Parts: sequence; structure tokens; C-alpha cells
Amino acid sequence: MTKEAPVISCKNVWKIFGDNPEAYLKKMPAGHTFDDIRADGYIAGVKDVSIEVARGEMLVIMGLSGSGKSTLVRCFSRLHDITGGTIEVEGQDVMALSEKELIDLRRNKMGMVFQSFGLLPHRTVLDNVAFPLEMRGQDRHTRRERALEVIKLVGLEGREDYFPRELSGGQQQRVGIARSLAIEPDIWFLDEPFSALDPLIRREMQDEFLRLQEMLGKTIVFITHDFDEALRLADRIAIMKDGAVEQCDTPDQIVMNPATEYVRKFTEDIDKARVVHASILAEADAKGEGEPVAAAATIHDLAGALIADARDYIPVQDGDAIIGALSRQKALKVLVGAN
Amino acid sequence: MAVLSTNSVPGEPKQYSSTQVGTWLALIALIMTGLQYAGMLPALLHRLPENWIPPFAIWLDAAFNFIRTDLGLQKLTRWFAEGPLQFMLDTTANLLYGKKRWPRFEQIPWSAIAASAAVLGYYLGGWRLAALAGGTFVWTALIGQWKDAMETMSVLVVAAPMAFIIGIGLGIAAWKYVWVDRAIKPILSILQTLPFFTYLLPAVIFFKVGPTAGAVATIIYAIPPMILMTTLGLKKVSPEVVEAGKMSGSTRWQMLRHVYIPAARTEILVGVNQVIMLCLAMVVLTAFIGMPGLGAKLLAMMGSFKLGRSFEIGVTIVLLAVTLDRLSKAWVVKLPEHHEKGTPWWKRHIYLLVGLAAFVFFTVLGQFVEWFAEIGRRQSFSQGKEIDTAIKSFLAFDIVKGTTEQIRYVLNVWVLNPFRDFLLSIPTFGFILFVVAGALALGGKRSGIYAAIFFGLVALTGWWDRSVITLYSVISAVTLAMIIGLPVGVFASRSEAWSRRVLLICDTAQTFPSFIYLIPAIMLFGITATSVVMSILIFAMVPLVRYTIEGLRNVPPEMTEAADMSGATKMQKLWSVQLPLALPTMAVGFNQAIMFAFFMVIIAAFIGTQDLGQELQKTLAGTDLGKNFVLGICVSLMALTFDMAIMTWAEGKKRMLGL
Repeated sequence: MTKEAPVISCKNVWKIFGDNPEAYLKKMPAGHTFDDIRADGYIAGVKDVSIEVARGEMLVIMGLSGSGKSTLVRCFSRLHDITGGTIEVEGQDVMALSEKELIDLRRNKMGMVFQSFGLLPHRTVLDNVAFPLEMRGQDRHTRRERALEVIKLVGLEGREDYFPRELSGGQQQRVGIARSLAIEPDIWFLDEPFSALDPLIRREMQDEFLRLQEMLGKTIVFITHDFDEALRLADRIAIMKDGAVEQCDTPDQIVMNPATEYVRKFTEDIDKARVVHASILAEADAKGEGEPVAAAATIHDLAGALIADARDYIPVQDGDAIIGALSRQKALKVLVGAN
Repeated sequence: MAVLSTNSVPGEPKQYSSTQVGTWLALIALIMTGLQYAGMLPALLHRLPENWIPPFAIWLDAAFNFIRTDLGLQKLTRWFAEGPLQFMLDTTANLLYGKKRWPRFEQIPWSAIAASAAVLGYYLGGWRLAALAGGTFVWTALIGQWKDAMETMSVLVVAAPMAFIIGIGLGIAAWKYVWVDRAIKPILSILQTLPFFTYLLPAVIFFKVGPTAGAVATIIYAIPPMILMTTLGLKKVSPEVVEAGKMSGSTRWQMLRHVYIPAARTEILVGVNQVIMLCLAMVVLTAFIGMPGLGAKLLAMMGSFKLGRSFEIGVTIVLLAVTLDRLSKAWVVKLPEHHEKGTPWWKRHIYLLVGLAAFVFFTVLGQFVEWFAEIGRRQSFSQGKEIDTAIKSFLAFDIVKGTTEQIRYVLNVWVLNPFRDFLLSIPTFGFILFVVAGALALGGKRSGIYAAIFFGLVALTGWWDRSVITLYSVISAVTLAMIIGLPVGVFASRSEAWSRRVLLICDTAQTFPSFIYLIPAIMLFGITATSVVMSILIFAMVPLVRYTIEGLRNVPPEMTEAADMSGATKMQKLWSVQLPLALPTMAVGFNQAIMFAFFMVIIAAFIGTQDLGQELQKTLAGTDLGKNFVLGICVSLMALTFDMAIMTWAEGKKRMLGL
């Protein structure tokens, strides 16, 4: 597999809030912790983060409120100017862009969905969705056509003339999503898009979101503080604490091999059997016999078979190839939640 | 005092609290006053010697002259006044009351304006507003004041939009650039305390007498709240909306035009409401510089003690004020609503079409039936004479006459005059120390220092006695207003229904142009010093009652419930829970009452006072800009001292209570 250049790549990114943060960062001794920085009267919003997002990947950034996840995403789109390090989007250093280039980048490549929707209260659904197109100077007719198309995509047909306050929370966020998709962005930022919604609606919107993603296949950076949501959606999860990324890995790895104590605590109450796939438990040097199980199946999917089966090692098959065998004992441990 | 000072170790940094220092200063002041009474105080401590007083007025005059003639500012302003401004005013005057000047437009029939206003009222707020708006104009026409009212309106419709445009422009600049904000803030706070007479004279000098000067003074007077509301609104736009705008790739101009300003709609429209109301209040007051209209009529009628006509004009002004206020407030809360798909064009714009139709119908009707176009003096339903007789015979009743005379006597002989004489007897230096002590105790060090500087300046202007008399009117009126207003507020706050009723009255009363408050005072007490205090009293009572109710009603319910569960009686609850928590809010009301009082006391000069207002009014006849400004600044400095001390106290208290 040849590795394509990442869509977003950031190296040693710092974002410090306070008076003259650049000067502070320069003279700050290495190894200063979040609390040390705070003692100096500064807040480390993003602390030495290096992360890459591959094309078509869905990276979920999660952490508690104040952990810096929203700040990091706003650095990607340069809603915040970073204090140190570099961020490249599609190979361009975003900090080096002129105002015009930045506007062009946002007009053509980026879409963003906000937690409290960020809809313009004085515009109808149609005008809100068409807003980015209008900014770009598209004529009335084409932007109306395109806006109607996306409105249909998010299932708000017939409500084009409504004003945001006449819609429910879930519907408002559909407008937010439609607006962010109107320009057909390559990169899609979602900042806790479903946090302000009721649990039932949230579930519905997540399904809707997955459906859209399946159709569109965008590069996505998704922020959430809800671990279940992260596990449901993510290709990879980055867990943040005090501005720094604690671990960035696939859901299986995060659950099975937490890098730090903080991450372990996070994963403690998770039903691991629903997250962990057979592939991750497959030991390449182990040999199993008999009927193989699919690599993509979760332990939860295999629960019945695992309990009924008598074999110690069960072969795991990915596509046509056998990639190894999983220990039934270990799999059962995952199933009952013992570590 | 001696004991305290020996206790402090020399060289050690001072650790006295503001209150302690304040007490000392008050003590010194007290001793000085005592010495003065004993006749032992040196004369120069009692009043500043004449030759110590710097000729501020002359310096200011020189400065003004330089700006006016040497820098050529007057040429510019006169050009503006005679050119574009005159043109706009003539246009509106032609349209509204047929002034018959170039550019010639025909006068709009009163019935067409009334009908359009009713449709607008219906669009904004249903039948009630339609009745109010239509009714106001019908009343104005029927009572025979159409021309006066339209003279006033013709200036208002020019001044309000201009104040809006300038205000929103400066507001945006202040929001965008910190240095503009810093430069504007102190100017705004001075402008807001400057007595309106001070606006008038420069307007006359730079922009001629009559409507042009009236319009300019009005515009300047109405700008500050527009600036404040604009910056407030722009700062309040939710960060996510801003980010959404940026992520949509908006340029700076697009951000302002499509994101910030529409999102700040509510605050901006509240600003518009305030601009309209201040414009109306000011247009009425510009009668003092020869601006014709309702204000001039009212001034003339009150001056010749024609109470019936004054009353009718008062009603017209009040109706206009309430209508403009309600319409603009309804516009604030009116949010766009969508039409169902396929609604035909005429249905989407039904109100516009009906309004136009009504306008055209009555305009055409006016061509054929004269009555619908213009109601002449003899056709009007004015009952001026009858009301006049009614009021005068009512006042002549023994009980009424006895009561008002009793009040006047008691107030004058037992309260007002002794109090005034006492204030005047305090030595200048002692008076300043008293004020500084008060400011220290309330607002801390900063307020104390400002109080010292501000009152020191007032003393240096040489208008000390007049200033003290101004202050005396303010203090006595506000004190009386508190004695009446606070119990009313406390009582009303006890029940939901009464709170609502009283608040509605306060809200409505607050929209009246201040001039109106003179009418009842003059009716009851004639042209006397009591009337002055009475008119200030009524005017100042409005914010006192209002904020008392709001303060008490907004005490968190958990606290009153906790008091109830602790077995507190109503009185205990009021004194130990509700009042302490409501005090910061009440202080804001108190502050506003003082500001209103300073405003009113100057207007009351018209009745005949001996204070700064009287002197200010005299300057209007001449071109003595320097003196006019010095007097105005005196009022402003005194008002600012109170404002700063009380507001600092209220904010500190609020923070302490965690409100």
C-alpha cells in the first residue's frame, strides 16, 4: 500500500493564550507542564501536538471540556493563529497564507459544523445553506440550485423558507451540516455537532451522519466528548488532556492497549466486546484449526460462537488470508470485561 | 483622631480604609463648618476670593473663536446648515405641513398619514398598536395641533436617521478599533451628563437659529446611546456565528455586512428606539432656541399660564412619544416569519399594499373633501378654554387650594429654604471635603480622587453658589422622591399584578419628554420654587420605583424560600433578605434618579430658579459660548461625581453578593 501524503499534518503545534505568547514560548524551558504554564499566567490551549489526518479518514478528537480539542481544530482552519509549530493542509502551510489565500481555502476546501449550530438568525434555511456560496460570489440561480440539493441531502426538503428559530435543534443542526457541505469541501470539521441535542435525536443524527459519510467519503475531523460516539464513528481516535494528545490510535488499540493511565480510565466503563475486533486479538504465530472467524467481526458478534466453541485457538480470516488465530480464553476475558 | 494618629508608626505604608479616611475628612469639614458658624474661619476658606478664579470662560471663548473663525469651522457648518440640512428639513416640512419652500412638494393630508400609521401599527403589533398609532394622529388633527406636531415631526424624521447613521458608524468604529473606543468613552460620559442647554448654544452659533440648529442639537444629543448599543450588540454576537461566517470564507466587509450587523439586530434596533425617543425629547426642548412646533407652543402656553391648552399639547406630546416608543419596540421584537410555499406576491406584501392603498385613498379624498386634508383652527375640537376653566376652578376649591398652599408653605419654610441656606453656609472647602468623604466611602479611592478634582474645578469656575443651589434642588427632590417612591416600589413588588401595573406606568412615563413633567407641577403649584422641586420629584421618582421593584422581584426565589422556611415574618424577610440583595439594583435606580434630577433642574430654569440653569438659559440669548460651556461643565462634573461613586459602589456590592 503506497502512502498518500496526509491531508492535514501538524508538527509540534503550540497554541498558548496570554500576553505576547510567542515570546513566552521561545523562552519557556522544555518540559514545562500545563500547570507550570498556568502558574506563569498563560493557558496552553494546544501543547506540542503532532498529528496527521489521511485522506478519507475520520479522525475523532476527544477529551473533556477544556482539554483543547476545539482549539486544535480551530488551529487547523486557522480560526486561531498558532503560537508555534507548523500546520500543513493539502501541503500548504496555513500560517503562511495571506488573508485572500486563507479565504480561498475556506471557500473551496473546508466546511465546519458547530456545536450550537452558528446559524445566521436573520436568514432562511435556504439562505443559510447558500451563504458560503454567496460569499464566494456565485450567482443567485446556481447557489439556489446547489443549496436545494444539499437541503434535500440532509432531509430538510420543504423547509427551505423557515427561519432557524422555527426549527427544532436537530433540524437546525441539519441546516448547519447542509451549509458546511454546500461548497463540497474536501475537509470536514465537526465540532461536537451533536452535543447540544437530546440523546434520541443524537443517535438519529449519528446514523444520518454515517450515511452521509458513506456517500461522500470526506476527510473528517470530528470532535466529541462522548466516548461511545467516538467509538461508533472513528477510524482513529485522538484523546486529549490539558492541550496534549495522550494517545492517537484505532479504537481497538485504545481499548486494548491504553498508552497512559488517563486513557485507561477513560476506557474503563466501555463494553469492550463491542469495540474489539477479532483481527486485533489474532496472534500471527498461533495456529488454529477448523472454521475461521472474520477479522472484521467484533467479539460481541462472536459471543455465541466463542462460548459454544471448544477450541483453544480459533483462526481469523481477513479476506481470503488467514492472518493468525485468537486465543478463545483471551476473547472470553474481553467478553466478560475482565482485564 | 489624635489617638488614632499616634498609633500609626511613621514610615509605615498607610493602611487606612477608604471609610476611615472619609470619616476624617468629614470630621475636618464639620469642624470647619463649626468655625464658620462661630465666625472664626478665615474668609478665604469660606469662599474662594474672586481674584483666585481663573477666567475659564474667556479662555474657552478664545479657543472657540479660534476654531470658529481661524480654522474656518463655522464656514463649514454654516454651509452644511444652509445647504444639505436646510434642504432635507424643507423637504420634510413641505411634505408634512406644507411649508411651501423649494423643493415644492404638496402637503400630505393628515388622514393619509393617520391611515398609514394605523396600518403600520397593525403590521407591527396588531389591533392595539393600530388603534394607538392611528388614534394619535387623528387626535392631533382633531385637536387642531396638526401643524405644530408636524413641525416637530419634520425635524424628527431628519434628525433620527442622521443620528442613527452617525451613531452606528461610530459604534462600529469603536468596536473595531480600541483607540476609537478609548477616545469616545470619556466624551460619551460627559455628553450624557451635559445639560441640554449646553448643546443648544453651540448649535445656534454654528448652525443658525431655528430648525437647523434644533436638528443639529437633537442629532448630537441622540447619538451616544446608538453608539453604545451598537458596540454592545456587535460584541455580543455569538462566537460560533462569527466562526461560521469566517469558515464560509467571508471577507471583512462581508463579515460586517452579512454576519455581524444582522446578528446584532436586536441591540441595534433598541438603539433606534432610544434614538427616536431622545430625538423627540430634544426636539421639544429646542423650543428654547426658537424651534417652532409642539415645544414652542407648550412653552408659550405655560408661560402665559394657559393650563387648558398646555394640557392638550402635553397629551399630544405624550401620545406621540408613546406611539413612537411602542412602534419601535414592536419592531425590535418583530422577527421574520416564513410564508408557505407558493404564497402569491400580493399576499407576501399585503401590509405594504394595504398601507399604500389607504395612503392613496385618503390623499385623493383630501383633494375633494377639504376636511380630510386639513382641519382649520375653527374646525378643531380643542377645548382649551373649557379645560382651563375647569382646572382653575378645581384649584380654587378650598380643600385643593388649602392643601397645595399648605404643602407649599411647609416645604418652603420648614424644609427647602432652611436646607438651602444650610448648604450655602458650609465653607467651600468643607463642602468639597464632605463630598469627597462620601465618594470615598461609597466608591473607594478612585471615586474620592475624582470627586476632589471635579468639585475643586467647580469651585474654581467661580459659580460655586449657583452650583450649590443646583445641588440643593437635586438633593431635596431626590430625597423627597425616595420618601415617596421607595414605599411605593416595595409595596408594588409584593404582588405580581401590581408590579406589572406599576412597571408599565414607569415604562410609559419614561418615554415622555421631560418637558411634560413641568405641566402637572405648574398646574398645582403655579410658577414657584415648589414647582421646580415637584417637577424634579415626579421625574426622578420613575427610575426609583422602577429599579426598586426590579431589584426586589429579582431576588432569587431560593433565598426568599429559605427565609420563609427559617420562619421569617414578612418584615424580617424584607429587611434581612430582600432589601440587602436588591440594594445594588436599587442603587442604579437611585443614580439614575440623580441624573434625571440634574437634567430636570436645568429645564426648570424656565420656571425661574436661581441656579446654574438660570444662568445657562440667559446665555442662550447671546453668543457667550465660553460661559455657556463653563456652566454646562459644572453641572456635568457634579453629576459625574455622583455617577462614578454610586455605580462603583453598586458594582462592588453586586460582585460581593455574587449577583
